[in-house]
Amino acid sequence: MSPQDGPRQVVVGLGAGASGFSADGRGYERGGGGPGSDLATTDMVLNVGPQHPATHGVLRLRMTLDGERIVHCEPVVGYMHRGVEKLFEVRDYRQIIVLANRHDWLSAFSSELGVVLAVERMLGMQVPERATWTRMLLAELNRVLNHLMFLGSYPLEVGAITPIFYAFRERETIQEVMEEVSGGRMHYMFNRVGGLKEDVPAGWTGRVCDAVAAVRRRLPQIEDLIFGNEIFQARTRGVGVLPVDVAHAFGVSGPIARASGVDLDLRRDEPYLAYEELLADGVLQVVTRTEGDCYARFACLLAQVKVSLDLADACLERLTEMAQGPINVRLPKIVKAPEGSTYAWTENPLGINGYWLVSRGEKTPWRLKLRSASFNNIAALPHVLEGCVVADMVAILGSMFFVVGDIDK
Amino acid sequence: MNGLFGTESWWVVIAKAVLIFLILVIYTLFNIWFERRVVAKMQHRIGPNVHGPFGLLQSLADGVKLALKEDIVPTAADKVVYVLAPILATIPAFMAWAVIPFGPEVRIPFTDTVTPLQLTDLPVGVLYILAVTSIGIYGIVLAGWSSGSTYALLGGMRSSAQMISYEVAMGLAFVSVFMYAGSMSTADIVAAQAEDMWFALPLLPSFVIYLIAMVGETNRAPFDLPEAEGELVGGFHTEYSSLKFALFFLAEYVNMVTVSALATTLFLGGWRAPWPISLWDGANSGYWPVLWFLGKTLIFIFVFVWLRGTLPRMRYDQFMKFGWKVLIPAALLWTMAVAVVRRIRLDGGMDQQTVLIVGGIAVTLLLVIAFIPERKQPADDEEPAETDAFAGGYPVPPMPGHQETRPDA
Repeated sequence: MSPQDGPRQVVVGLGAGASGFSADGRGYERGGGGPGSDLATTDMVLNVGPQHPATHGVLRLRMTLDGERIVHCEPVVGYMHRGVEKLFEVRDYRQIIVLANRHDWLSAFSSELGVVLAVERMLGMQVPERATWTRMLLAELNRVLNHLMFLGSYPLEVGAITPIFYAFRERETIQEVMEEVSGGRMHYMFNRVGGLKEDVPAGWTGRVCDAVAAVRRRLPQIEDLIFGNEIFQARTRGVGVLPVDVAHAFGVSGPIARASGVDLDLRRDEPYLAYEELLADGVLQVVTRTEGDCYARFACLLAQVKVSLDLADACLERLTEMAQGPINVRLPKIVKAPEGSTYAWTENPLGINGYWLVSRGEKTPWRLKLRSASFNNIAALPHVLEGCVVADMVAILGSMFFVVGDIDK
Repeated sequence: MNGLFGTESWWVVIAKAVLIFLILVIYTLFNIWFERRVVAKMQHRIGPNVHGPFGLLQSLADGVKLALKEDIVPTAADKVVYVLAPILATIPAFMAWAVIPFGPEVRIPFTDTVTPLQLTDLPVGVLYILAVTSIGIYGIVLAGWSSGSTYALLGGMRSSAQMISYEVAMGLAFVSVFMYAGSMSTADIVAAQAEDMWFALPLLPSFVIYLIAMVGETNRAPFDLPEAEGELVGGFHTEYSSLKFALFFLAEYVNMVTVSALATTLFLGGWRAPWPISLWDGANSGYWPVLWFLGKTLIFIFVFVWLRGTLPRMRYDQFMKFGWKVLIPAALLWTMAVAVVRRIRLDGGMDQQTVLIVGGIAVTLLLVIAFIPERKQPADDEEPAETDAFAGGYPVPPMPGHQETRPDA
């Protein structure tokens, strides 16, 4: 909807559109104020958020309702803005990592990765092979953790309260090994410029193997619990369709875009780390759907978890075969990226996460632009929401899989 | 109907009324604990187990804490109605229990007085329950309206529509029971089932329709749309706190027990002992039937909890469609069929072939109706609007349905 025909007169009340009759064939009627009617339109403005159980954080949606029908939706972002790009400019390259893993608190490892890849590229640094493969393993485990979160919370939003406990059991299994290696459960801080913080503990790879196997074994339980449910399907199939052209127009990426048929995955299309080898092995599969509805987005997550578990196994296999060696490069006391600029983007769990690093040869970046996945993904929300009913709003909002920190930065 | 009703001494009536109130409050506390424990079992959790034996006193502690909370009345609220609403929701919930039979005639301990375990009975007992529980809906609607909040208003509106719709199906499910029992008095219906069999068996469709309608009637999952926390925060009770909220909570649980007790009375033989126990001669005399009655009620409570632990929430329009287009027609048809079969049977019967042919034609007709697709609304074809890609000085991608025009092209 263009700004000219934006929200109309604001009166609290319920429009006749709640009856669902359609006069002009548009699928819903605007209150009593359709063409040729003298009745006043009584729209209702529903303010969802910044504190609302459906928004997992401080996203705010200002919606104009006609009965239960959404005629206009305006996401209001920025409640969590902390000026991270400005903060990047006054931190050296070691400190930046700690900031960079915070905007998307569900994909901390993957966000760290982008920064160190950018700095390493600027320095022309060769990272030890063990570090590359361990990074890839941890990034995939991080993806599993992220997706499991949404596999649990999305059913909760459409009213199924049980799957989240199954999802969290799996999360806990993976989080245990993540905690063992990094000491963190959310903000791992395990990446360093030139590799990883330290080598993995003795016997750790074996425990990861067990954890991955356990999650893979129990994943069908979540699948059985929710995917075949008729009510769940009725609420998600054909609901909130994100057309592929809208996805392109807003730069939507990640599982949401792939559910609409945007066949883009940086792990395959612009490989970083050693994804090229896994692609050649056929382990790395890019999951796409064409329907673009809530169900497809949700199904994408589950399929991606399976792929990520396979990738983790492949990484583990490589790591166990690999000879012992360093896992990082010794850094000088002061790391200074040479003058120039680079753009490092990674396929984060929620979509493309990019850092545009501009350096003037100092120990801090001159500019570090952050392109976060959720910001672009949520921008497409008004397009998807308009014309839906309020109950669909929750189903759609939940299926856009966003983290508010990732929107507001 | 028992001749004792209306002639009992005043202290017996008061004692029974107080006892029913106490039983209901204690049973509610128990049910809250029961629900939490059962749902916890379904979710790999333990549930409340600290306060009292098996955590049984947890709901008492919660209730006391809730009552001691600050009582907030929003500025925008209509004060009188706002205070009245929870009272209006709670009182009818208790009143319905006046005609529920707990057991046969018993002698009150330490006296010679004999009294039926039922406060009173009416020739139209079940209609009285329907009438009284409908008043409870006013409490919810008025709560939603008087809170002066959009969420509460939407919640109240939903619940009024929902409860009215499902009351129709519920009432229709009763009709066939009345035809079989030849009475609307609850005690007589129980007695009729003792002679014949539990009405759940011959009237299975009625029973199933009632089971669905009773979940809709009590606003429980998967039909808990009025308080869908994901979309409407708390629905009609969003603005309520402290004791007023506790009253709504109490009313919801008492209503749950009421519909369960009604199901027990109408379909599961009321207070009469189930089969293996009924072999024992003393099973249907004395105070034992109270136990059977509460046990049967608990089965329904378990079903409520089970549904909540399993199913996502239905969408408002799907739910209404289900009620009006599936449940009510099915109930109507079934009631018709019961009436016809009953009449034929009373008049001396009909040969089996005719019954089969008529039944076959009816089923075929139903199938044909079920497969008639709904008319699709025509999609509107809009002319693509034009977007000046460089209007704001920055290049922007064209929105879907827009055509890009370049000033230099």
